[in-house]
Amino acid sequence: MIPTPAAAAATVRRGLAITLVALLGLAGVYVLAQVYTPTEVRQGLAQKIFYIHAPAAWAALMAFALVGIVSGLYLWLREPRLDLFAAASAEVGLAFSAVMLTTGPLWGKPVWGTWWTWDARLTLTLFLFFLFVGYLALRSALSEPAERARFSAVVGILGLVLVPFVHLSVYLFRTLHPAPVLLKPSAPSMPPVMLRTLLISIGVFTLLYIGFVTTRYGLAVLAEARRGPDGD
Amino acid sequence: MTEAIRLALVVAAKDLRVELRSRTAIVSAVFFAALVLVIFNFARDPASVSAATLAPSILWITFTFAAMLTFNRAFALERENAALDGILLAPVSRSALFFGKYLGNLAFVGAVQAVTLPLFVLFFNVGLGRALPGLLLVTVLATAGFVAVGTVFSAMVVRTRFADLILPVLLLPFLVPPVIGAVQVTTRLLTGRPLSELAGWLRLLGVYDVIFLTLCALLFPAIMDE
Repeated sequence: MIPTPAAAAATVRRGLAITLVALLGLAGVYVLAQVYTPTEVRQGLAQKIFYIHAPAAWAALMAFALVGIVSGLYLWLREPRLDLFAAASAEVGLAFSAVMLTTGPLWGKPVWGTWWTWDARLTLTLFLFFLFVGYLALRSALSEPAERARFSAVVGILGLVLVPFVHLSVYLFRTLHPAPVLLKPSAPSMPPVMLRTLLISIGVFTLLYIGFVTTRYGLAVLAEARRGPDGD
Repeated sequence: MTEAIRLALVVAAKDLRVELRSRTAIVSAVFFAALVLVIFNFARDPASVSAATLAPSILWITFTFAAMLTFNRAFALERENAALDGILLAPVSRSALFFGKYLGNLAFVGAVQAVTLPLFVLFFNVGLGRALPGLLLVTVLATAGFVAVGTVFSAMVVRTRFADLILPVLLLPFLVPPVIGAVQVTTRLLTGRPLSELAGWLRLLGVYDVIFLTLCALLFPAIMDE
């Protein structure tokens, strides 16, 4: 069931309100990370980007997992709203993975000495990005809503299953070669002050995800509701 | 169950018979693979990179790209004259249809590989020797899984206007595990390492095959749902 245009508009307003709160929270995270969190000894100021990078990665992964799970639910229940949610989550996930993929190299250059390296986790996140792009490319190439929903659900599920395989194979690929000396992605045990900033930022990014997805979903529902059941 | 297998074989046999009558696609695919091998030979500096170093990568890029170009054929054929509607109306289960198309694609890709491999040995002066059984094993293991995914994706993308462009964008990420595994195994086989050393990679390829073949068979009916 697609809700009425009025209900969809209310969803959009709710999404925008959540987004606004999350953006204020994001401003707070910037202040918290710059002023109230000590600077890391060895990495210096470059480490501050971590409070944006890691939460963005978290939001992207969450978006991706939800696309896969909701796609499975769609094929089971055939509820059009589930499909619209999966599409919204994929779009927002693409944005967050773009943040993750741009902040990563910005940090990598001063700390690792290279913009990019074929580390297992980097490669995996790159493929997350590619899978989002493929999912959205297929959606944009199909016009019939029910067909688009079924097809993209299939891609969503297969993509989610692929992720562990890509991770395992790129991990095996790298460990069979001499590991770069500079590269040590294992998380250092973190002082409580830094951990606090990170956890707050993760909370803010989760809220940002919810705000974006609610807005995007509401807009998609609104478009469907205006289009009418005949599809014109 | 036996009936489903029989129907799958009927669908596969139909596809192969259509192919053998015209032979356009298979001949083009074989020559495409041969041309890729030739181009790749010139896409390296012979003074700095020896052919043997690059050979396994070239073999697998050729295998997978040639395969990828053939997937859309299976369903593009059915789009003409709405032939797919005829199959869907016939008392053939969606799963049997999937396995029929899958087996047809597998035979097609296998035929291209069977021609490409001797050419590869010839062009790149690779001594297969005792590596041949291992190479055949890894070819089967690496191909079986991604052909299943390719079959499912091609059934979807032929409904779009940009089928030939969207299929690679969707399918290439799924080629990562098979291609990494196959290249690793092929490199070691060609340098005379024993197969037992490669058990980890072969297991990964096997698990990939089982999981994606099962999943594709389960998801395919959702695509054919009219």
